[in-house]
Amino acid sequence: MIVIQPEDFDHGEQYKRLRARCDSDGAIVTFTGLVRDFCHHGRVSTITLEHYPGMAEKSLMQICAQARKRWELGEVTVIHRVGELSAHEQIVFVGVTSKHRQAAFEAAEFIMDYLKTLAPFWKKETTNHGPHWVDAKASDQVAFEKW
Amino acid sequence: MIKILFFGQLKERLECADLNLEYAGEHTVVDVVQQLLERGEVWRPLAENDVLVAVNHTICAFDATVRDGDEIAFFPPVTGG
Repeated sequence: MIVIQPEDFDHGEQYKRLRARCDSDGAIVTFTGLVRDFCHHGRVSTITLEHYPGMAEKSLMQICAQARKRWELGEVTVIHRVGELSAHEQIVFVGVTSKHRQAAFEAAEFIMDYLKTLAPFWKKETTNHGPHWVDAKASDQVAFEKW
Repeated sequence: MIKILFFGQLKERLECADLNLEYAGEHTVVDVVQQLLERGEVWRPLAENDVLVAVNHTICAFDATVRDGDEIAFFPPVTGG
């Protein structure tokens, strides 16, 4: 399930949904990304997430399809929020089920690493020194290339 | 006609979210960029090294072919998640 939405999501509900549908799987791994309240420009009050409608959904679907080719997975859920979010709010959810934990751990990390490098979303942070666009991190590229 | 979209900081710097361009034949993304650069100095950020391009929702190289009816998007490196 791929969802891009401005609304918040309920981690517990998402976990329950994965658990109800994962049949014979023995592992569920979930990751939740939050809005940090700091950056090297100062204290972050809000971020605005822009996305490319149409391509963002397609990109997330392709990333999940690639994960399914690498690992035997049951359920895969990716939720990415857009619009204005306050510090400490939830941004992104990745949930993966598999027969064994290693596949679930690796697939969740793979999906996040690919999302951060390929999926068309852009963050603008508002700090006590004003707004600025977030630059892509070299460490995200390194994480992407390890796969 | 092709549709061109801009996102993120690039959209702000160009002060343009989208535009339609009369288009005939088969050229490349580079040709489209060149056509925009000829419109004036304000389009200069399009020629910067870190600009990415997608044709019909797929990230591609700047030598990719563009056909009439295509949707092209230019944007900075992505920063979601």
